[in-house]
Amino acid sequence: MNTMYFIPNILFLIALFIGIGYFIQNVRKLRRNINLGKEVDVYDNPKQRFKNLLMIAFGQSKMVKRPISGFLHLIVYVGFIIINIEVLEIIYDGLIGTHRAFSILGGFYDFLIASFEILALLVIVSVVLFWLRRNVQKVKRFLNPEMKGWPKNDANIILYIEVVLMTLFLTMNAADLHLQSIGAAGYTIAGSFPVSQYITPLFENMGEGSVIIIERTAWWLHILGILLFLNYLYYSKHLHILLAFPNTYFGKLNAYGKFPNNETVTNEVKLMMDPAADPFAAPPEGEVAVPEKFGASDVMDLNWVQLLNAYTCTECGRCTSECPASQTGKKLSPRKIMMDTRDRLEEVGKNIDKNGKFVPDNKQLLDDYITREELWACTTCNACVEACPVSIDPLSIIMEMRQYLVMEQSAAPNELNISMTNIENNGAPWPYNQMDRLNWKNES
Amino acid sequence: MSEAIKVPTMAEYMAQGKQPEVLFWVGCAGSFDDRAKKITKAFVRILNKTNVDFAVLGTEESCTGDPAKRAGNEFLFQMQAMTNIEVLNGYEVKKIVTACPHCFNTLKNEYPELGGNYEVMHHTQFLKTLLNEGKLKVEGGKFKGKRITFHDPCYLGRANGEYEAPRELLEKLEVELVEMKRCKTRGLCCGAGGAQMFKEPEKGAKDINIERTEEALETKPEFIAAGCPFCNTMLTDGVKSKNKEDQIEVMDVAEMIANAQDL
Repeated sequence: MNTMYFIPNILFLIALFIGIGYFIQNVRKLRRNINLGKEVDVYDNPKQRFKNLLMIAFGQSKMVKRPISGFLHLIVYVGFIIINIEVLEIIYDGLIGTHRAFSILGGFYDFLIASFEILALLVIVSVVLFWLRRNVQKVKRFLNPEMKGWPKNDANIILYIEVVLMTLFLTMNAADLHLQSIGAAGYTIAGSFPVSQYITPLFENMGEGSVIIIERTAWWLHILGILLFLNYLYYSKHLHILLAFPNTYFGKLNAYGKFPNNETVTNEVKLMMDPAADPFAAPPEGEVAVPEKFGASDVMDLNWVQLLNAYTCTECGRCTSECPASQTGKKLSPRKIMMDTRDRLEEVGKNIDKNGKFVPDNKQLLDDYITREELWACTTCNACVEACPVSIDPLSIIMEMRQYLVMEQSAAPNELNISMTNIENNGAPWPYNQMDRLNWKNES
Repeated sequence: MSEAIKVPTMAEYMAQGKQPEVLFWVGCAGSFDDRAKKITKAFVRILNKTNVDFAVLGTEESCTGDPAKRAGNEFLFQMQAMTNIEVLNGYEVKKIVTACPHCFNTLKNEYPELGGNYEVMHHTQFLKTLLNEGKLKVEGGKFKGKRITFHDPCYLGRANGEYEAPRELLEKLEVELVEMKRCKTRGLCCGAGGAQMFKEPEKGAKDINIERTEEALETKPEFIAAGCPFCNTMLTDGVKSKNKEDQIEVMDVAEMIANAQDL
């Protein structure tokens, strides 16, 4: 046997090594960036968390709230998960040099291939409909200002890649079927091809050699395409296909209305209210009083779940289309809050790549990405949180940034400052005397 | 309004060495806002009628801190919260009912970690309990057969998952309940939450309360039912801006029940 025989296997191994190796590097970078966020206790109630993961991510329970896009998404999602079983065979064949090694499964193999083919066709149809929704029907939520440029192209690129991958898969099968039927060497009868059998007639007048070239080319491009797509994820909104799972697991379990209480503030307030406390006492030994920053002005001030949220966002815009501020033409778009957070986090990540550690760049999430006008437009109504199909919480970021504005910069809108002064002075947001609080009782 | 309302205070109860069953947390709007005071009084009339053993804090009540927290002033919020908790715990309060979903949410969700643990109910939930226990009889009266749409307050609905209590009460009034396009989990905010009540809206194409009022008007209602003093104000303003205030009234669910019974 001559070594030439092994060249495809070696090339395959190299491709696999590069593809997966580069992907692992991306995952490392992703982890590092997410870990720039603060620690947060999201390890309670694993049972409920696991249930959320199963229902919301695996079960797509929130996706189907919008029936059309939900149904189409379900097809693409199921298609991708199931068709990827085929990738296992491709990898096995590629490394060992076999052809359709799993065909030893017999009738079950026929069933598998048949279902992959039907799903592949359904995926193509769904993806075409998705493309039409974005580019022809022009669904409103895909047209907000934050969707111009790369986000729009990214969405279309993903759709093109999916069509190409599915077409390659069907072409490979069609050529295989033709080669099986003419009894070409190495192409044993295996599989059932309910969809690609309609492509097969195209090969009738071609020579065996040409069809083998087509089959091999489609096979190689299909697997190389998958490896390429895997590495495209990190640069794309498409990361959600991986991160939706941890994101739903670590999503908010409390009532949506419960906003976290800042513990540092609690300690300070307790000290203030404790008549026995000595305000001039030195902080206890070992406990260095680090001046803590209240709220968030940059991504490092957020917690890691909020940063995971940002990478998980697939820019579907359901949040923005439900947001009362967005719907009435305000500048706020919850989706943009997530996109800005990710963009800034990426910028910080690149800064670390270049310098070994973060070197201040005179930029921050506040003002350089998210404006105050956006933050002050929020009504905290939780519509965005409810709408997100993968448990992202844009509201928590808005709240922390407001906290920074008010507590670190005293930069609340003037009317709010007046209300807060009223609360401080007379226990109500309006300038009424607290002693008059029960006057209503005697008014007719 | 045949007889004067009875509104005992916690201090009075304490002086008699007694403890009421439930504390009625009136809230700032319910205490000071002319429109919301009517809701407060309607709710008290129902409490009086059904002989509920309740008291209010009166001058000892103070803002829960909700608008401060949601405006970003965590310090002011916690100052308010701790002060209120001291008062509430001093009176050994166990159960609180309030007609304001913002107070409801804050007392229920944000006070426990700061040491304030109470059973907290929105007034529609409380009225539903009275109904189920047979203490409250609700009949249609003047609302029977009227077309009514209910606006979900964000801090009752999405924030705390309560969509049914107010609707069940309305159904008891034998009204024709028509839902807006965006309702329950997808209900559109009135525009007042997150301290927006106390500031001018940011620049935009339209005010949120107008958008919501238009949607309510699409259902061709005779009444718009609300469960929050702020929503009530926002929608009342919206109806006025459409010059419909003569045809459509914005009313709190408690007011409707009190009204139906001629209380």
